[in-house]
Amino acid sequence: MLALLLLHLVAAVLAPVLVRCWGRNAFLALALVPAASLGWILTRLTGVTGGGGEVTETVPWVPALDLSIALRLDSLALVFALLVTGVGALVLLYCARYVEPDDEGNARFAGILTAFAGSMLGLVLADHLLLLYVFWELTTVFSYLLIGGSGSKLPARRAAGQALILTTAGGLAMLVGLIMLGETSGSYLLSEVVARPGTGPLLIAGTMLVLAGAVTKSAMIPFHFWLPAAMEAPTPVSAYLHAAAMVKAGIYLVARLAPGFADVPGWRPVVLGLGVATMLVGGYRALRQYDLKLLLAFGTVSQLGFLMVLVGGGSRELAAAGLAMTLAHALFKSTLFLTVGVIDHATGVRDLRRLSGLGRRLPVLAVIGTLAAASMAGLPPLLGFVGKEAAFTALWDGGLPDRTAAVVVLVGLVLGSVLTAGYTARFLWGAFARRPGSADGEPAEPVHAPGALFLAAPATLALLGLLAGPASPLLEPLVTGYAETLPLLVPEAEKLALWHGWQPALLLSAVTVAGGAALFALRAPVYRLQRRFALGASADEGYWNTLQTLDRLAVLVTGTTQRGSLPAYLGTILVVVLALPGAVLLFRAPWPGQWRAWDTPAQAMVGAVVLIAALLALRIRQRLSAVLVVGVTGYGLAVLFALQGAPDLALTQFLVETLTLVVFVLVLRKLPKDITERHRPRERAVRGVIAVAVGGFMACAGAVAMSVRTATPVSVAYPEAAYDFGGGQNIVNVTLVDIRAWDTLGEVSLLVVAATGVASLVFLRRRTGVVERMDPVQLAREDRRADRAPRRQWLAASVALAPERRSVILEVVTRILFHTIVVFSLFLLFSGHNEPGGGFAGGLVAGLALVLRYLAGGRYELGEAAPVDPGLLLGLGLLLAGSTGVVGLTLGAQVLQTAILETTLPVLGDVKLVTSLFFDVGVYLIVVGLVLDILRSLGAELDRQVDEEDPIDAAPGEVIVR
Amino acid sequence: MTPTVVLSVIIGVLYAAGVYLLLDRSLTRVLLGFLLLGNATNLLLLSTGGASGLAPILGYAEPDEMGDPLPQALILTAIVITFGIAAFLLAIIYRSWRLVRQEVIEVDEEDRRVARRSGTDADEIDPDDLAPEDRPAMHADTFAADNEVERRLAQQYSGMASDDIDLPPTQRRKR
Repeated sequence: MLALLLLHLVAAVLAPVLVRCWGRNAFLALALVPAASLGWILTRLTGVTGGGGEVTETVPWVPALDLSIALRLDSLALVFALLVTGVGALVLLYCARYVEPDDEGNARFAGILTAFAGSMLGLVLADHLLLLYVFWELTTVFSYLLIGGSGSKLPARRAAGQALILTTAGGLAMLVGLIMLGETSGSYLLSEVVARPGTGPLLIAGTMLVLAGAVTKSAMIPFHFWLPAAMEAPTPVSAYLHAAAMVKAGIYLVARLAPGFADVPGWRPVVLGLGVATMLVGGYRALRQYDLKLLLAFGTVSQLGFLMVLVGGGSRELAAAGLAMTLAHALFKSTLFLTVGVIDHATGVRDLRRLSGLGRRLPVLAVIGTLAAASMAGLPPLLGFVGKEAAFTALWDGGLPDRTAAVVVLVGLVLGSVLTAGYTARFLWGAFARRPGSADGEPAEPVHAPGALFLAAPATLALLGLLAGPASPLLEPLVTGYAETLPLLVPEAEKLALWHGWQPALLLSAVTVAGGAALFALRAPVYRLQRRFALGASADEGYWNTLQTLDRLAVLVTGTTQRGSLPAYLGTILVVVLALPGAVLLFRAPWPGQWRAWDTPAQAMVGAVVLIAALLALRIRQRLSAVLVVGVTGYGLAVLFALQGAPDLALTQFLVETLTLVVFVLVLRKLPKDITERHRPRERAVRGVIAVAVGGFMACAGAVAMSVRTATPVSVAYPEAAYDFGGGQNIVNVTLVDIRAWDTLGEVSLLVVAATGVASLVFLRRRTGVVERMDPVQLAREDRRADRAPRRQWLAASVALAPERRSVILEVVTRILFHTIVVFSLFLLFSGHNEPGGGFAGGLVAGLALVLRYLAGGRYELGEAAPVDPGLLLGLGLLLAGSTGVVGLTLGAQVLQTAILETTLPVLGDVKLVTSLFFDVGVYLIVVGLVLDILRSLGAELDRQVDEEDPIDAAPGEVIVR
Repeated sequence: MTPTVVLSVIIGVLYAAGVYLLLDRSLTRVLLGFLLLGNATNLLLLSTGGASGLAPILGYAEPDEMGDPLPQALILTAIVITFGIAAFLLAIIYRSWRLVRQEVIEVDEEDRRVARRSGTDADEIDPDDLAPEDRPAMHADTFAADNEVERRLAQQYSGMASDDIDLPPTQRRKR
């Protein structure tokens, strides 16, 4: 069964390709997928119906959550699976002629429709509550996409959104309900939940929530309005999703749960009450529709109510009738929709006031439509008659525990069936009849007869409905397999058959047909009556008003809280930090009993420098000086790190601080010298208060957290682990590349993002590519021209600089030091596992070497020093770091686990290779790439913009985000 | 563990200075504040490792003499990331300066626009505002498949940026 679902998935993915290759005939190939599923299900037919031979299949999915892909084909699932696959195959076949050959949307449509068929099949096969939910929501999403179509029509978008909001809201309620049921029952397997529902108030609440999902999905009132609105979708979608398959999901769920849950308090009032009310409202509304599709849509709402009553009643005889009726409804309603699709396709009109005389011009279609309509009205010998008859008989004999309820429901169903017969007549008359009122020949467009392939699907469905009526005893094993799981409430179960003899149900059927005929005959007075009693309000308006209120509320809340000032937002956040955790700290936290002045006196001295620098940073308005004093705090911090016993940190901090200063200078040279003060004294005072409070709070919080710490640090075992498993002596480095390598992987990914972000912000349009290099011809020319400055003996491209910007000393120093620094960076990289260093420090050192080249030789020099695309370095580094993890995985170890390879080589002696070195090389490459990308963007590109006086000439219509 | 006075004071002052600068409107000072906050946080992390020890390198010190390696590993990546983010902020500053000759966090226009807006013109259009024949199916029992609706809406909402309206008008399918 899983293979069938995967087949659908593959077909859905391939569908766009197929449509591009074969045009609309690709639908024929796609129809084979549900057809193959149908074939497989038919082969299981005798096994499943002949005495409990269920087919199950379980594949573990998320074992930790006890979540498995559990599929189960029992007789109920089989009935629905037959519908889903059978109608699905025919609808796809029909699409091959329905869609326009050159419509761009076909590829998308084909894919989504196939995917929907797969998820619907999964829904009826799922035996795990959460898996059921997943498929349930998948059908919702695909339905949304199919209703919305290409998204270019406002009504379609609105209808799609409405359907999505309603069914998802119901679906979420259902999810909560399913979890409640799973917890109450102790199992998440649907079959076990139904067998042993458990007891308690949670059970009732869960049942009601699940019913909420079923009710919204199956368009019961008061949520019925999404279904008629969804008729914006193409007709095959209406036929499949909104008649045969998706809206039946609610019916399926109710039928699935009824054996275990029908006696839960509240079940029957909700299901029967909503069902009967929906049947009446739907039928009543259908009677006054002009659009044939809308008429059918309201008819579907009505019939869904009918089905809900039957499958939710919780007795064997009603359930059997319900399944028969479900089959019948799927057959006749999809036929009718497809018929309307053919009419629409041939004439371009669906309004029954404008159609006339189609019956004579499209006789085959008229026969098909009439057969299906007769089944809908419940005329013998069609399947609809058999189903309705069975339902009436069951209720007449008392198929509900409460006798009075049975009578009330029966009256409701008969009335609903009268309406059904009435709107059926209206449909036939509207679609095919020749009306004296309208001129013959309307619509003006000539009607061209639809081809045989176009009619094949509706004809097949209509014929099935016709044959299944007399052959209904053959359906008996199909429905009893499920119905037998429910208690029998009447003395004797009626079998499905066309003729039961002279029975009360037959009389009721006659009443419905006669009533429908009367409604049709008196359609003018009925219409006037409907107009007079038309309600001012509707559920749909209630829905829109709710949405409007939500919108208004959102605007109100946003408008009051978001005043547009970032400092105000930050201030608010900080004040909340002070008010809540700060208050806890003040009143509840144990104050440290003892303090230590310092670890070493040097700490205090460095601390004083850092303090002074930090305070100066507040006062200084000159940009570069402010940056320098902040840099002093950074260098001070590096010394503090060294004093604390963290050589790696000290090294990294020194390198980063230097790089930061360089990068700052690169950018700040383009900005004005001073920072303008924009704050009034009062604002500054408020900021000061907040700042001092936050500073005090953080210092105290840190101290308190330290003093109350009782647990053993997790890092106690690190030294041992570092050598035994990580194969290194520098514990910090081993922590980075092995023990906590996942963290590091995430952090270096962030560096890649930051580098890409910098480039994207500086380069206005194109951000990838290598650093610009100099054209050799131009280089030679510059070389000759630069007669006053030394020729190109030290650096490759420094001749491109203006003579006054060149410094011979810097060039010589760079020339001497560059390669040494690069070698040193590699040394740091390779020795980092056992001594201070590693990928981060090594990469930063290499970055500094590049900075030196750039400062000495200008932007072309950078291109000569590193003629690679920084993006390539970043990507390569990430690939290397990531693949180290994957390799470890394929070797049977854990992700990112280190392997130690030791061997003895002839010349080098004992060599020990630790695989985490490759991870560190990845880190190295990323850091080098980061620095190079920053230099390329904030250095070289800024130079180029100045050199070439590059104006921001946006093309017309181009938007450059600020 | 015993907290150290000196480290606590440094942490407090760095945080205070950082927050003060962070609340400025000048992007440069925001960035400086960010750097100070980064330094403060790194120091806070380091201080949680306890008293100073020897470098956590086997062979150089015994495990019980070492400083806690875990905060050190965390800080090491934090330092480099702070550098990356600082470069990113610098790029933002430069871009802002280049495009609008300002490096200031201005009042967010979008926020102000939302704040000024009355609740009625939320994105969803009330079906009651449409002509009866244009309402969705349940409203007047008819379809609103007409392009006329879209065009009228587009005119009505022409000044507003909205995904809903900017789409090109639909080509009705030829039958």
